Amino acid sequence: MNKLSRLLMFLAALFLGLLFLSPMWKIYLKAPQYPEGLEMHIWVNKISGSSESVLQNFNILNHYIGMEPIHAESFAELKIMPYIVIAFMITGAIIALVGKRKLILYWGTLLLIGGAVGILDFYLWLVKFGTNLNPEAPIKVPGMTYIPPLLGRKQLLNFEALSLPSTGSLGILLALVFAAIAYYVSRKRSQTIVEPL
Amino acid sequence: MRNLKGNLKTIASGVGLPLALVAGLSLQSCSENDRGTAKTEGVSEDVAKAVYVPPGEHDELYGFLSGGFNGQVSVYGIPSGRLLKVIPVFSQFPENGYGYNEETRPMLMTSHGFVPWDDLHHPKLSRAGGMADGRWLFVNGNNTPRVARVDLTTFETVEIMEIPNSAGNHCSPYPTNNNEYILAGTRFSVPIDMQKGGMGDASLEEYKDKFRGSISFIKVDKEKGDMELDFQVLVPGFDYDLANGGKGPSEDWVFFTTYNTEKARTMKELGASQNDKDYLAAINWKLAAKYAAEGKAHEMPANYYHNKLDHGTHKATSTVKKKVRYLLPEECPGMMYLIPAPKSPHGIDVDPTGEYMVVNGKLASSLPVFSFSKMQKAIEDKAFEGEVNGIPVFKYDAVLYGEVKEPGLGPLHTEFDGKGNAYSTMFVSSEVVKWNVKDLAVKDRIPVYYSPGHLMIPGGDTKEPYGKYLVVMNKITKDRYLPTGPELVHSAQLIDISGDKMRMLLDFPTLAEPHYAQGIPADKVAPNSVKFFKLDQNTHPEAVKKEADASVTRQGKTVKVNMTSIRSHFVPDNIEGVQVGDTVIFHVTNLEQDWDVPHGFAVMGADNAETLIMPGATQSLRWVPKMAGVYPFYCTDFCSALHQEMQGYIRVSPKGSNVPIKFSSGEKKSVPPPNGGPTSAGMN
Repeated sequence: MNKLSRLLMFLAALFLGLLFLSPMWKIYLKAPQYPEGLEMHIWVNKISGSSESVLQNFNILNHYIGMEPIHAESFAELKIMPYIVIAFMITGAIIALVGKRKLILYWGTLLLIGGAVGILDFYLWLVKFGTNLNPEAPIKVPGMTYIPPLLGRKQLLNFEALSLPSTGSLGILLALVFAAIAYYVSRKRSQTIVEPL
Repeated sequence: MRNLKGNLKTIASGVGLPLALVAGLSLQSCSENDRGTAKTEGVSEDVAKAVYVPPGEHDELYGFLSGGFNGQVSVYGIPSGRLLKVIPVFSQFPENGYGYNEETRPMLMTSHGFVPWDDLHHPKLSRAGGMADGRWLFVNGNNTPRVARVDLTTFETVEIMEIPNSAGNHCSPYPTNNNEYILAGTRFSVPIDMQKGGMGDASLEEYKDKFRGSISFIKVDKEKGDMELDFQVLVPGFDYDLANGGKGPSEDWVFFTTYNTEKARTMKELGASQNDKDYLAAINWKLAAKYAAEGKAHEMPANYYHNKLDHGTHKATSTVKKKVRYLLPEECPGMMYLIPAPKSPHGIDVDPTGEYMVVNGKLASSLPVFSFSKMQKAIEDKAFEGEVNGIPVFKYDAVLYGEVKEPGLGPLHTEFDGKGNAYSTMFVSSEVVKWNVKDLAVKDRIPVYYSPGHLMIPGGDTKEPYGKYLVVMNKITKDRYLPTGPELVHSAQLIDISGDKMRMLLDFPTLAEPHYAQGIPADKVAPNSVKFFKLDQNTHPEAVKKEADASVTRQGKTVKVNMTSIRSHFVPDNIEGVQVGDTVIFHVTNLEQDWDVPHGFAVMGADNAETLIMPGATQSLRWVPKMAGVYPFYCTDFCSALHQEMQGYIRVSPKGSNVPIKFSSGEKKSVPPPNGGPTSAGMN
């Protein structure tokens, strides 16, 4: 690995830090009586929103349809994920130091799998909250489930839900792209050395 | 065309005002030719556009109109004339429990006991650099002398202070340019007992010798706005009517109109109207403050209430003050002067430059304008014609700038547009008259309906008037609206003053009797408006911040219910163990942390009111059940789709029964905490 690919790899590891600076995913809710909108922000280590009390307000609205209240404490992922991210950051930095090109491939693949598992996990939670409804709920619409969209827009009764990845996810994407470039650049270098021979 | 019009009208009346307005607008455009009847005379065709604020849009200005004998302040949007809020100040307000619930009852305490009403005349916005800063609104209670402060982040009354040695706090409250002082003068002079303090005893025949007036100097905390009565000036026994502060060169001065300088004690409508001239009193407030600070002030016993709402607990507490300092003008040279002013003057208004003092002599045929620079010179030259109680009286001509000739009949009040013009209300001839301050010539006049009292130009009493609109407040409406029996509303009329000619834009009914008003651009107030109270900053001693902490406890004959409300249930909602003879206090905490989600609380048979609890706040309602039974309680403010289900029961057992205290919500039963005192009713 040359200096450039080491630098790129180091940056790839650093980009994952974005996960601690901004949310991975944002769910926007809009309803006639919520012109200002409600936003839920999903971080690698917490759930927040457009206002301090957004979870309480989500839960109040959701209790009519019998959705289980959302509490950050009930997600083990929020406790585990930060360590996984830190592990990726450290190993990424080590790879940049050690300079073993093959490790970039393993690291990138694992990160890709990790990201995919994260999205799958997120989707499963959405399905769980959207379908696991209290049979004694005050409002029951036959056949209706309330799975928020994983990506994009969906009308859920009076609420229009919009779900989009946020800057935190961009960190993962950038990490993958930079790792790929680092991998590519280091390969190109070895070819140029080989050619004159 | 006629059919279409008819149909639209039918639809409009069915759907309500918004559509009616839209329909009216569209009709106006297609039937321009057949308009112009007597009813619409003087109103041009395009005024609707000038006042129309489309649904969802906000008004340009806030208007704060006093409510007079309803003891409240009404908040209107200008130019639409839409009523935005009623702020209870001196009156109990069953709509939200103000003055009924335990938190706010102390606000209405006075040395005369609990006084749940007053006559609220003059709103004045707090000031910074001579301009309204949009932080607080000060208002006066005329009947049982009080000054109150409304916080404009919450639009709540947060402080009420009683004024001692005053009777009829009409000449009040006038802030200096940076809220250094709020001034409050007495309308009725009374015998003041300097030894024992407060109102003394005297035969009414001794009016001339024993009665005195007082002007109070209330200090205002720069950061928090808290008031404190610094000192009073004891003045001759006239009636003090209105006041206004100087600005610019006259910044250190405040001017007060007086009448009944005859010191008549009976049939004042004649007795107080004998002198051709009464006085405009000029007080140098800075010098007065200096005298008070330098030890010229005497002290006398007093007894007055000072009530404040705590920011964190949202509870009012009363303190009783026992002393007041006072200055005697005769001992304080240079502090106070009298300017002869014709005749029984009402309003005193100082123009934006601070040079001209306009005195509205309600019984006079001309409108005198005094000059501040001439007054300064007259002090230098000692151009006095005599003195009253040791206070020098100027020669009229030495301070007069000039008179507006034949302005109209019964001038009451004047405000300014910042372009050199003044606008005065004529009570008797029912008009607003525009005149130029410099050349004193009348420029324009417009009839108003009917008998205007005060008028208000937003910022018209400050250094830089907003100068686009004028709101005139009329005492009589007669045929202006659909008849509603003998008791009719008063009204406000909105006049466009941006051009050379005044243009009538709108009239709208007002609540009770607005005496004066204040207007301020919306962007000075709206951004600071609180959306809800933070629950974690709620320091009310009876607050319950989690449903799990809700409790019912008995302490002797009192049962305390510390409950929560959130969409859409109370915790607890099943309560037992109360007996006839108990006093129940419901302390309800609204757990919501979202905008515009108040919950109300009402219980059957309560002899006070409901109480409306804002998100994050705690309010307490006292309830004394008279009979055994099972009483429902419920949320009174439609809070959600399940609002009608937001209810509960409290069981009241006969006196001496052995039903224990028990409370629950949902299926799980709670047990009373062990420290809750005797829990079984049978143990009493």
